[in-house]
Amino acid sequence: MSDFWAALRAHTPARIGQQRFGEAPGTRERLEFVTAHAAARDAVHEPLDVSALVADLASIPGLAAPVVVASAAPDRATYLTRPDLGRRLRDPLPSAEPGADLVVVLADGLSATAVQRHAHGVLRALRPLLPGTRWAPPVIATQARVALGDHVAAAWRARMALVLVGERPGLTTADSLGAYLTWAPHPGTPDSARNCVSNIHPPHGLDHETAARTIASLVHGARQLRATGIALKEGRLELG
Amino acid sequence: MRYTHRARGRTYAFSSLVEVLGRASPLRSGDVLAGSAAESGAERAAAQWVLADVPLTTFLEEPVVPYEDDEVTRLILDGHDALAFAPLRHLTVGGLREWLLATAAGPGAAAALAAAAPGLTPEMGAAVSKLMRNQELIAVGAATEVVTGFRSTIGLAGRLATRLQPNHPTDDPAGVAAAVLDGLLLGCGDAVIGINPASDNPETVARLLRLLDEVRRRYEIPTQSCVLTHVTTTIDLIAAGEPVDLVFQSIAGTQAANAGFGVDLAVLAEGRDAALSLGRGEVGEQVMYFETGQGSALSAGAHHGTGGLPVDQQTLEARAYAVARAFDPFLVNTVVGFIGPEYLYDGKQIIRAGLEDHFCGKLLGVPMGVDVCYTNHAEADSDDTDTLLTLLTAAGCSFIIAVPGSDDVMLGYQSTSFHDALYARRISGKRPAPEFEAWLDRVGLLADDGGIRPVDPALSVLRELV
Repeated sequence: MSDFWAALRAHTPARIGQQRFGEAPGTRERLEFVTAHAAARDAVHEPLDVSALVADLASIPGLAAPVVVASAAPDRATYLTRPDLGRRLRDPLPSAEPGADLVVVLADGLSATAVQRHAHGVLRALRPLLPGTRWAPPVIATQARVALGDHVAAAWRARMALVLVGERPGLTTADSLGAYLTWAPHPGTPDSARNCVSNIHPPHGLDHETAARTIASLVHGARQLRATGIALKEGRLELG
Repeated sequence: MRYTHRARGRTYAFSSLVEVLGRASPLRSGDVLAGSAAESGAERAAAQWVLADVPLTTFLEEPVVPYEDDEVTRLILDGHDALAFAPLRHLTVGGLREWLLATAAGPGAAAALAAAAPGLTPEMGAAVSKLMRNQELIAVGAATEVVTGFRSTIGLAGRLATRLQPNHPTDDPAGVAAAVLDGLLLGCGDAVIGINPASDNPETVARLLRLLDEVRRRYEIPTQSCVLTHVTTTIDLIAAGEPVDLVFQSIAGTQAANAGFGVDLAVLAEGRDAALSLGRGEVGEQVMYFETGQGSALSAGAHHGTGGLPVDQQTLEARAYAVARAFDPFLVNTVVGFIGPEYLYDGKQIIRAGLEDHFCGKLLGVPMGVDVCYTNHAEADSDDTDTLLTLLTAAGCSFIIAVPGSDDVMLGYQSTSFHDALYARRISGKRPAPEFEAWLDRVGLLADDGGIRPVDPALSVLRELV
């Protein structure tokens, strides 16, 4: 029986084919779950290594030096219970040349590890896919939620915000990155006005190149439609 | 102040019905965040005293969200059934609690509660739940019966169904199929085989729809499939001829929160009409599948009601069930621990909310299931989901979610597992949906005691599914 499921596990990280004792899984499977839960809870509290991320971004050709900001949530405990604070900037942004096409915000969200591991890879793959796009300096934001990007884009009058954010750590994956694209972002933008590419975490999730291609196609679509959200469906515009 | 209560030498005053509802709510983090919660246990108790004396007719006269601003309020009040309400019209909220508990314990309870449902508004249901203990939410929930059908029948007494949720981080067909096989071999999938796609790409959604439809037809499984994408995507896929059984949408209890999901009542009606036009149901024609969850309105900043006051999240959640019931749904479930600790902080709050949601849904006549779950940033663990699962099984919950090993590898949270479903059925003597149970017997999975026979997958007729 074990060989049967072992072959299938090549296709999914899911906990398929668990044993049955009565109706319960085996002791080993039980303890693996407990260990994974403890690790996922720890991952929520892992801080972002900002200087390492700055160094990673510096190696991407053509990308301006990042601006580092913090949300209004002073610490992780507050961040978890006060989503309103995680959506706002603690201090006013330094000025930047207004009117860029795209501002990228790298937000720790619920998994700093995801941003640490995958954000620069996605950006490195994305840059050559968007020729002729005027990029604002990237923004690194700590204790930050997706909607913080609306404030950044509004302050700099950017046409689009791309927020790369650490998704909630799961038992199997603690480094899943999400990418949220918003056209004409402003504070109070509803979530239905965004498009999301989720589960960026090779090898089990999307790889950086595929994620970048999907994001680029959404950016092109957003420009044609002058909108993001439910009106913009990836894949549809290329067909027309 | 219209609403006051005096206790131990102190007078507690509340400015409006919205404030009374909020202050009377059992403690949860989302209400603290919104500013609707009581400041102390004493204030909460005072608000419950006040709420107990509020006549039910007040809820028809004083909407918690203004009628002129909100189409959900208009749906609730314009659709209210005065005839069904007539026998309850004289009651207060406290009186309704006693009527419900007495009715639930009496003969013909299910029929009496079903007859009352169209006369009850979600605000009445939410209000009475605030005066009830967990035990009472279970007792009344267990006495209700809401039966729906498509290819299987959900909600019959003595049954507990499951949504088989075979999610995959990249929507890989082979990975999805492996999880479907695992679930079917463990007797799950009678409510629906439902995938949350990682991508909203219509072509990806279509591919998953075809995969599930092919599995279902090949093995003649009396169940239905669903890929949980936005209703507008599903409408387009129906027009393109894709095999859509159920139309899914996340919904909430205010017009503004629904706008945050990119929907309104008109587009939900359009989705339902599109699915009905396909005529794919066999034992019933209910085609809608809705998910809800306390905190969704607050999360969208769409939780303000009459007088600009924040409405408590449980009352708004109950209003989502009024949206659901207007579209004659096949399945509705609250995703009770998914939204995170800023709305339901810990296991205690999640358990309470799960029981409230099930009770309010069933009271309004909605085919209620629960995604018994938690995230890794909440103060909860599998002991809490075990507790809630066991309580909901006792409460007659129509269906639960089932994922391999409790671990949803796409959404990154823990729900109940295939094994958990078997546990819940075994301790309660509940069985799968009847059509699905007969199929389990045909494919050699049904044991003599009604449980699921452990089989070698390599020898099962289902093995070629992967």
